[in-house]
This record gives sequence, C-alpha cells and structure tokens, in this order.
Amino acid sequence: MNTNSNVYTIVYASVMVIIVAFVLAFFSGSLKERQDLNVKLDKKKQILYSLNLDLQDKDPAALYQQYITQELIVNVNGDVVERKGGFDLDIKTELAKKDESSRLLPVYECNIDGETKYIFPLYGAGLWGPIWGYIALNHDKNTVYGVYFSHAGETPGLGAEITSHVFQSQFPNKKIKNTTNDLVSIAIVKPGKTAEGQDYVDGISGGTITSHGVELMLKNTLVNYTSFLNK
Amino acid sequence: MKSLFSAKNKEVIVGPLSLNNPITVQVLGICSSLAVTAKLEPAIVMGMSVTIIVAISNVIISFMRNTIPVRIRIIVQLVVVATLVTVVSQFLKAFAYDVSVQLSVYVGLIITNCILMGRLEAFAMSNRPWESFLDGLGNGFGYALILVIVAFFRELLGSGSLLGFHVIPASVYESGYVNNGLMVMPPMALIILAIIIWAHRTKVKQLQDN
Repeated sequence: MNTNSNVYTIVYASVMVIIVAFVLAFFSGSLKERQDLNVKLDKKKQILYSLNLDLQDKDPAALYQQYITQELIVNVNGDVVERKGGFDLDIKTELAKKDESSRLLPVYECNIDGETKYIFPLYGAGLWGPIWGYIALNHDKNTVYGVYFSHAGETPGLGAEITSHVFQSQFPNKKIKNTTNDLVSIAIVKPGKTAEGQDYVDGISGGTITSHGVELMLKNTLVNYTSFLNK
Repeated sequence: MKSLFSAKNKEVIVGPLSLNNPITVQVLGICSSLAVTAKLEPAIVMGMSVTIIVAISNVIISFMRNTIPVRIRIIVQLVVVATLVTVVSQFLKAFAYDVSVQLSVYVGLIITNCILMGRLEAFAMSNRPWESFLDGLGNGFGYALILVIVAFFRELLGSGSLLGFHVIPASVYESGYVNNGLMVMPPMALIILAIIIWAHRTKVKQLQDN
C-alpha cells in the first residue's frame, strides 16, 4: 500500500485522532472522582494549617470533621445566608464578581478546645502568579489565631518564603482592627520599619513584591467581610 | 530468547547511562532537569514519568513505524507522546496529588522534552518494538540518573534534607553551618550539571576530543 498518498494520510490522521480521543476520555472520566477528592482533601489541609495544627501522619479529613463545626456562607452585609456549603464556594470566583453585593463568601467556624475561631479564605496576586491562603481569627473577630499562605510560582528562597513557618508565625496575636474598631488589616513592612495605626509584621528580604501582595491580599479579601467582622 | 538480551541490545540499554547519556552527552532535556531538581522526590517522580513515557511511546511508534505516512510522522509522534503524557498526568493527579502539584507544568512539558522526540525519530522509527522498548528504558534511566544526582546535592546542601527527612544534625547548625539558599535556585542546577559533565568527561576517555 502506498503510505504516501493523500487519502491514506488523511484517513490515517483521522482514525488516529478518534482513537486518541476515546483513550483520553476514558482515562479522564474514570479518574475524575479520585482527582476531585484529592483537590478537596488538599483544601481541607490548607484550612487546617491556618489553625496551627500539625498534620504530620494524621488524617486531614478526620481532623477537619473534628474541628470545623460550620461552613457558613455570608454576604457582604454580614448576614449568614446559609449554614452549610461554604466549602464548595471558590473565593477566587466570588472576588471576581463585579457586583459586590452578589458575592457569597465562605467562613469556616471552628471549635478548638472550646473556643470558637473563624477562618477566612484569602486570594490575591504575588509577583509571578496567584497567592492564596487562610486566616483564622479568634472569637473577637479581631485577633489573629493563625495564618496559612501558599503560592503558585513565587521565587524559591525569596517570595516563596511566605509559606515558611518563620514568616507565618509572626501573625498570631496581631489585630486586624485599629483602636477605633475599623478594619485596617495587617501591614507587612521592611524589617525594622513600623506602620502607623495598624499592626504590622516583617516582610521578606528580596521578596518585597510578594510581601506587598500578601498585604494587599489580606486587606482586599478581608474588606469584603467588614460587616461580618463588625457583628 | 537469547536474542532478547544480545550484546547489541545490552548496548542499547546501557549506553544511555554513561557513554551516550541524553543529558550529559547529548545535552537534551536540560530545561526540566533544572526545574524539578530542587528536591529529590519530584526529581524521582519526573525521572520515572519520563522513563515510562519514552519506553511506551517508543514501543507504540515502533509498532506503527511501517504504517506512518512520512509527511505527518512528527505529528503522529507528538500525538502519541501527548496522549501518554496526559494519561500519566491524570494518574499523578489521582494517586500522587502532592507530587503533581510540585511538578505542576513540568509533567505537561514532557511532551516537548527533546529526549522523547529524539528517541522516537532516531530510534523507534527504524527499529523493532523490543529494541525500542530497551532504548526507551535506557534513555529514561540515563535521564533519571542525572536528575537524581543533581537533586541529591541540591536538596542536601540547599535544604539540609533528603526526601524530606532532615539528615544534617542540629549540632552542625549550632556550630554555624547554614543551608545554601542558592542551591534551591535553578542556576545552581546548571552549575551542578556542569560539574557532573566535567567529572564524566574527565573519567570517560571516549568522550574527550583529541
């Protein structure tokens, strides 16, 4: 057979593409469930990290069950829209909504040793790509209990240090509101510098833009929760 | 069965480990070897993924080699590789999620890894499936070997750990030792790679120019 003829080439290519399409569809379909589970489990892990929990060798799903009592959905007016389903919301898509009043915001209510904590998801931009995280506040909705930050592609050793314990351990016990009870978030400043009228932590040397990104992320995400935080 | 491991076949699989190593001698696949070698674990997974993909795609292309229209042979090779890479990437997402997050785009970029296209075009298109399989394994191992060596030094000196376990005792840190932050940056992978190539060429006489 002449494998160089036009007809042969076209038929060959078409048949190959159809076979490949079936193979890919089969694998994608049969593995989808497991992949979704992994994504959810990873999200639960990240939420738990903001509670300063050590997840080494522990089952994150069980811990999540144990600590997280409610997955609230609140709106920008601070009203609780629903008491479950907050986990399935994606803060990125909610923040992208132009109409602020239509945003539905997840809040995770949890119970640690009898004390209520609130966890808020964060989303913002670093230097090279998105950064995100979770911030846990005490019952007063003001004092930070713990934070967790992650990133898609910040520079290792510089911006990527926002994931380090050294950086994140500065946040607990800082306040996100000022003395007149206005939401001012937490500033991230050059080591040695200070910030007027709000709590601050040291930024990362060589990771200035990422540090600034974290500051903006905290501010811009938390501002959506203003009413809820003041209730 | 004897012919399965004839001297020629042995050469096909052993050659790429040293004399014909895809990274240090042919200088292919450099980009991914810089990107995924900051830690040992992703390097090992990457090496395994590439080995599996080269071996299987070599076999598939070798089976198809007499039917492939010459004019679209590169496209056919790409489609086979892309399919396999997508499947492997889906498997990683389902069964080794943490690793797949670390490898991120680099799994997808296996498609453009020169080693793959090089082996398909240079070997699988003109050899029988069994030889192609061995050739794929050999080249994959050769690639993985270098990745693991580079990652070993980068993780040890950059993070003080191996496979995530701290191996440098705390007493060493107390006496003033610090991890070398440069080691986790891509440029150091290039330098380590260059040192490996240097050592390799110094040792193996056949690789030296007169």
